[in-house]
Amino acid sequence: MILVSLLFLPILAAILVLFIKNKKLANWTAILFSALTLLLVLQTLGTPIADFDLAWLPNLNSRFVLHADGLSKLLLLLTAISFPAILISTAKNEYKQNNVFLSLLLFTQAGLIGVFLAADALLFYFFWELALIPVYFLCSIWGGEKRVAITFKFFIYTFLGSLFMLAGILFVNAHTTDHSFAIQSFIQASLTQGQQITSFALFFIAFAIKMPIFPLHTWQPDAYEQSPTAVTMVMSAVMVKMGLYGILRWLMPLFPFAFMAHTHFVVALSVIGVLYASFIAIRQDDIKRLIAYSSIAHIGLMNAALFTHTQVAVQGVLIQLFSHGINVVGLWIVADIIEQQTGTRSMQQMGGLAKKQPTLAILLVGFALANIALPLTNSFVGEFLMFNGLFLFNPWMAALAGLSIVLAAIYTLNMVQKVAYGEISEKINTMQTPNKGAQAVLIVLLLLVFVTGVYAQPLFTLTADTLNQLFVK
Amino acid sequence: MNAIVVSTLLGVMMMFCSWGIQSQKAQKNIALFGLIILIMANLAQANGWYTFNYDTKGMLAFNVFGLYANTLMFALTFIYVWINGEEISKLSNAAADFYSLIFFILCGVSVLTSFDNLLMLFIGIEILSIPLYILTGADKKNMLSNEAALKYFLMGSFSTGILLLGITLIYGGSGSFHLAPPLIHISTGMVEEQLLVSAGLILIFAAMNFKVSAAPFHFWTPDVYDGAPTVFTSFMATIAKAAGFIAFVKVFNTQYLALGYSWTILLTFVIIATLLVGNIIAVFQRSVKRMLAYSSIAQAGFMLFALYGKSEISNESILLYAVVYSIATIGIFGVLVKMKENSFEAFNGLAKADPLLAFTTTIFLFSLAGIPLTGGFFAKYYMLSNLLKAGAGLWLILVAVVFAAISIYYYFKIIQAMYFTAGEPAIGPMPKNYQYQLLVLAIVLLVLGVLPNLLLNYLYF
Repeated sequence: MILVSLLFLPILAAILVLFIKNKKLANWTAILFSALTLLLVLQTLGTPIADFDLAWLPNLNSRFVLHADGLSKLLLLLTAISFPAILISTAKNEYKQNNVFLSLLLFTQAGLIGVFLAADALLFYFFWELALIPVYFLCSIWGGEKRVAITFKFFIYTFLGSLFMLAGILFVNAHTTDHSFAIQSFIQASLTQGQQITSFALFFIAFAIKMPIFPLHTWQPDAYEQSPTAVTMVMSAVMVKMGLYGILRWLMPLFPFAFMAHTHFVVALSVIGVLYASFIAIRQDDIKRLIAYSSIAHIGLMNAALFTHTQVAVQGVLIQLFSHGINVVGLWIVADIIEQQTGTRSMQQMGGLAKKQPTLAILLVGFALANIALPLTNSFVGEFLMFNGLFLFNPWMAALAGLSIVLAAIYTLNMVQKVAYGEISEKINTMQTPNKGAQAVLIVLLLLVFVTGVYAQPLFTLTADTLNQLFVK
Repeated sequence: MNAIVVSTLLGVMMMFCSWGIQSQKAQKNIALFGLIILIMANLAQANGWYTFNYDTKGMLAFNVFGLYANTLMFALTFIYVWINGEEISKLSNAAADFYSLIFFILCGVSVLTSFDNLLMLFIGIEILSIPLYILTGADKKNMLSNEAALKYFLMGSFSTGILLLGITLIYGGSGSFHLAPPLIHISTGMVEEQLLVSAGLILIFAAMNFKVSAAPFHFWTPDVYDGAPTVFTSFMATIAKAAGFIAFVKVFNTQYLALGYSWTILLTFVIIATLLVGNIIAVFQRSVKRMLAYSSIAQAGFMLFALYGKSEISNESILLYAVVYSIATIGIFGVLVKMKENSFEAFNGLAKADPLLAFTTTIFLFSLAGIPLTGGFFAKYYMLSNLLKAGAGLWLILVAVVFAAISIYYYFKIIQAMYFTAGEPAIGPMPKNYQYQLLVLAIVLLVLGVLPNLLLNYLYF
């Protein structure tokens, strides 16, 4: 029951907010409901949760099944933490038709929660699409100048990818013994090696576009740059995790043969993507684009680690899924505060933030350090494990991917240097102290960064069951 | 049988209705009432209550599928008249004539859902087509409408001729007009007879492709759809087309086995050509009405999947697709009727001017594009699933999927105009009542998008 209420709480909130014209009230309602969702998620953490199972499409043998294991709970937690954080920190931003904006954002949350809970392939596909549609409208209505064309590119890309996945679902479904869509039947489906490779490819395209993996990444930097920042945060913190989640939940257990057959290919692609994105990030002047490329690099690294198929690397990914989300939301919030107040995203026009707004600068440096995975920060735990696994898989790959640590240090510290140090620039000089809400959110997130960086055991415990399922057969 | 007799009687009655009753509103209500009677008569038969029970000597056979298809088509017509009544009245001061023609078309529909004999197929197609020619030319003062009617009539008659030739050849080869028996005969028959039957089936195939506007027999569609009054385009593209498809499936789900392997090649060619022509040309259209004409060709490509082979869900898939596609199309044409011009620019800024209308339009377009949570998704899903179950290769599904993604492009052009482009929408007066009617359609689509079973369960009673 708790699972289905997790799903319907955001939907209820979305519908409710739609009818609240008063901006302040709408904001508070949205924040309140997202906080309630967070409380509910916290409730689920300690104990195993019973599945929610309801007949849905008897003719097709598809059921409405929600299931939460460690992996689901981890991503639910990330979703539930990011949404209030995003809503609070952007509450002061001006959007036309504020209530519609919030409502669509909450619908996205419902879609995301559905993706992380669905244990039926057709249902999974359903939510996969539902998470996309509100984002399409959010970006196209409230985005930057070139928003319509760029969002459309993003939409067509991901939609085509998910249609391939649908073909894959149909194909696997035809080969299950009981012709159902339940994940267990999918795992037991009798596929020949050739069929496994075909269906693997169909699923993988959808996930690869979502993450995105080089060379399917071209939609992302533009989309991140043009979207309203609140949406960019949702996309980079949670939505990209859909792809990684898909690999962990569906690809690895369903097509073990095809998975093992493609490890080298995909790891190589990912490492190319990591280096490519890192090099481009170094050249960026736009702070949003810099974070976007840095995010591509991090996600690529996680994907490479997944495809090493070593237990230690996958454990690292399970930690990093959460940590990356927290860090990137923190970075975006700081970038958004600067952009909202100064009206620029160009780092050349920034400088001297440390003198003008020391608190904000300290927070920025905190998240920047987490972005380079310095020890004591949360990313260190995950990345250490991931590199460990990559090294076991292939030392050369590990060495190449390891370059990304250096590159990350270059572009991140470069950003810190340009933004925080130097003379106080004209633009930065106009800055006020950010509002209390945003500051509080940043502080809480930064605390999370260091707490999970020092003591990551709760995350290990939470995801232990998923890891066992994947590696102990 | 009930439906055939009652729809004819109602048609005749409506014809004389305009003498006594001048009020357009009353005529519409009479038509609606007539449709309810028709649905009830049909349901009565479905429940074993035969009012008219004649021995047709095996010309007609009534089964659950046919009767249920009748009910659905009549219900769609009810929705159609309910929404478009006012617009139909605007075309002439004797709108009852049009209703009468619609009832005659429904008579053709009921023949097409129950024929068991190729001659009845021919008669059904004719009863369906001739009133459609008249409806196309309903806007008498408009040159385009006249041209469209003439074009449709000439091309339609030609294709009917081909249909008749095909039937004749089959008779020559098998000695029977019946749907099922020839198969036994062919397998033991001589080569010449087999050739005759094969040639006949190919001709029927071509003629039926013409009726459902599948490529390469689609050339009449854009001109006729564009020229006909928008209300009747809506009818032609939905109910008439769906009935054509039901007849198509009925013929070939029994006969095609005779052609065996070569049939699959032929059908695959037609499917891919239809998807290609419909989708690619629709991308380049500047007029929404013509775009919808090409999109209806593209949708026909999807519906042809139901012919690919018999699986346990091919009946379900054709019905679901027909209903969902018809509702969405009636809806979008219902919006288009109220536009002052047919260009995409006419929709600019509609979301701001009229959020509710923009929302319903979006649902219709989502459904046509096959996006989840609308009925269109399950319609496409059933078709693809049917394809796979009937033994098609995965590559054909991938082709279909790529074209489905292309269709997003032109459907979303309207959404982009409505939501993301500022401007004054060129929309005529839109009564609140009419908007709620459209909203009902959108809600039906949303419900079918979550629970398509509500529609399909009746097939099993």
